[in-house]
Amino acid sequence: MDLTTFLIQCLNAVQYGLLLFLVASGLTLIFGIMGVINLAHGSFYMIGAYMAFALAPLFGDQFVLQLFAGVLLAAVLGFVLEWVFYSYLYQRDHLQQVLMTYALILVFEECRSILFGNDVHGITLPPWLSGGIPLGGMMTYPLYNLFASGLCLLLAAGLYVVIHRTRLGMMIRAGSSNRDMARGLGIPVRLLYRLVFAAGVALAALAGMVAAPSTSIYPGMGGHILIICFVVVVIGGIGSIWGALVAALLVGFVDTFGKVFFAQFSGLSVYLLMAVILIWRPQGLFGKAS
Amino acid sequence: MTSRTLPILMTVLIAALLAVLPALLSPYQQDLAVRIMIYAIFALSLGLLVGKTGLVSMGHAAFFGIGAYVTVLASPEYEAGSLLVMVPLALLAAGAYALVVGALCLRTRGVYFIMVTLAFAQMAYFIFHDTAIAGGSDGIFLNVKPVLMIADHTLLDFAEAKTLYYFVAGALLSCFLLLALIHRSRFGHALAGIRSNEQRMRAAGFQTYWYKLAAFVIAAVLAGLAGMLIAVKNGSVNPEMLSWHESGAVLMMIILGGLGTLRGAVLGAVAFILLKELFASEALMGQLAVHWQLTLGITMIVFVAFLPNGLIGLAKWPKLTRRAGAATPSAIKSAS
Repeated sequence: MDLTTFLIQCLNAVQYGLLLFLVASGLTLIFGIMGVINLAHGSFYMIGAYMAFALAPLFGDQFVLQLFAGVLLAAVLGFVLEWVFYSYLYQRDHLQQVLMTYALILVFEECRSILFGNDVHGITLPPWLSGGIPLGGMMTYPLYNLFASGLCLLLAAGLYVVIHRTRLGMMIRAGSSNRDMARGLGIPVRLLYRLVFAAGVALAALAGMVAAPSTSIYPGMGGHILIICFVVVVIGGIGSIWGALVAALLVGFVDTFGKVFFAQFSGLSVYLLMAVILIWRPQGLFGKAS
Repeated sequence: MTSRTLPILMTVLIAALLAVLPALLSPYQQDLAVRIMIYAIFALSLGLLVGKTGLVSMGHAAFFGIGAYVTVLASPEYEAGSLLVMVPLALLAAGAYALVVGALCLRTRGVYFIMVTLAFAQMAYFIFHDTAIAGGSDGIFLNVKPVLMIADHTLLDFAEAKTLYYFVAGALLSCFLLLALIHRSRFGHALAGIRSNEQRMRAAGFQTYWYKLAAFVIAAVLAGLAGMLIAVKNGSVNPEMLSWHESGAVLMMIILGGLGTLRGAVLGAVAFILLKELFASEALMGQLAVHWQLTLGITMIVFVAFLPNGLIGLAKWPKLTRRAGAATPSAIKSAS
């Protein structure tokens, strides 16, 4: 493998990892703060991708505007879902959460099938994003992938600022380290939950919208990303957002290079990584020891 | 009637009912009955983990699928395989995978356990889905159904639908009785103890890790049996049998039925498959039949909201409303 190919693969790995981080950060926050296992989180990614497909004709070249509109819609959806369904789950045990969120997946998948059918869809990029950057020789790197990575990095940085530098972030950190104490100190927990949930849904949907142009949009996409994100969350340590970032990048690299070197067993590499890390640290890389 | 004779009477009654049922059912209904019984075995096996031991596994379909795949792979291509080879192989394979996965997964607890079992099941799914060992994503066919032959006498031939029916019914009853015995044994009580307070069990000198691992392997072996039966019934296997949708479905069954009791698991399997059949039936649901996932999903949400103790809890309603006003977990536990 020459240096250029290696660098391209590295870029791909980073992009995939950052995309995973967007989905996994919501999953880990929702679990860390509300204690809810959200199996339907992959569906939000799927919803994002289909939203990009549905919104694209409306916005045309205004790709960034389209992303904003999608994020807003997703956040509203998350807010309402938390209100109607998830707020009843906090007091129930994990099993009931699993059951309810699994049922929600069925509902989302069927709605998707009613609205968009079961075909594979694709999205064409606006001209200003569809070029490539020449890398010497015959190779080019798609401009859109760089755009996607840049956007994800920006969001990760934004997340860092919100969580570590704002009052809201302080409440979120308080809520995730000790829920009852946070409530006792007068933090409006209900509203906080609703906001965090809406943010989680918006992040997952944004990931779906960003991924849509470079991958195709297909019915099973939610389930696939969900499982990988579970792996990310488990490796990083549940509730730890920086664990999620490190684990997402790790998974991105292992998956990308697994595909390059062991094409036959590429599906396995990520799970093997998880197994190895669990033997070493059962609570994940950044998890608190129980 | 004493509390001892009632369950025995019920078991005998149900066994008798299962015995005469094929005479009353159409071939389609009989096929459905076989499917329900196989899933009842699958649900019972998971019930030992989730209901009895308190270990919520989201990857139980892996063992179901491995049992099914090994059955087909162990069968010769153009002649009938022998049951004496296939049953032990399927159960052993499921058990062996469970031993490895369980040893790793049981290092974690709670939510981690849910996610890790899910991920390991997904790993098994990818082994069958991505590699060429068993037909990739299309799966493979079992061309000739197995037989049980002893010294040139064919005792059981599964090409005959009734033979399969009675064999599955017998397997279900044996599993039920085996698990009932386990529930009553010292081992079963230890598992129940682990569910309610593992710390205390450890303090009392139980090496809980090994108890949990044993439960995990037993549950996997029984799931492997169910998988072997479904492979024989359908005559084909595909990777979707190991998918997390399948794990989710079986988890739904036992929660729907009610946790902690064997009856609940069986009831849940019956209810889940009948509901699915009902919602997908064009004659009954008309246009909605295509969208059975929607109706099933909404029904599940309603169940979670209004029946937190499952269908089994429904039977206890009159008694509980008189006593405490609402179904409390301790009341459900003592009732089981």
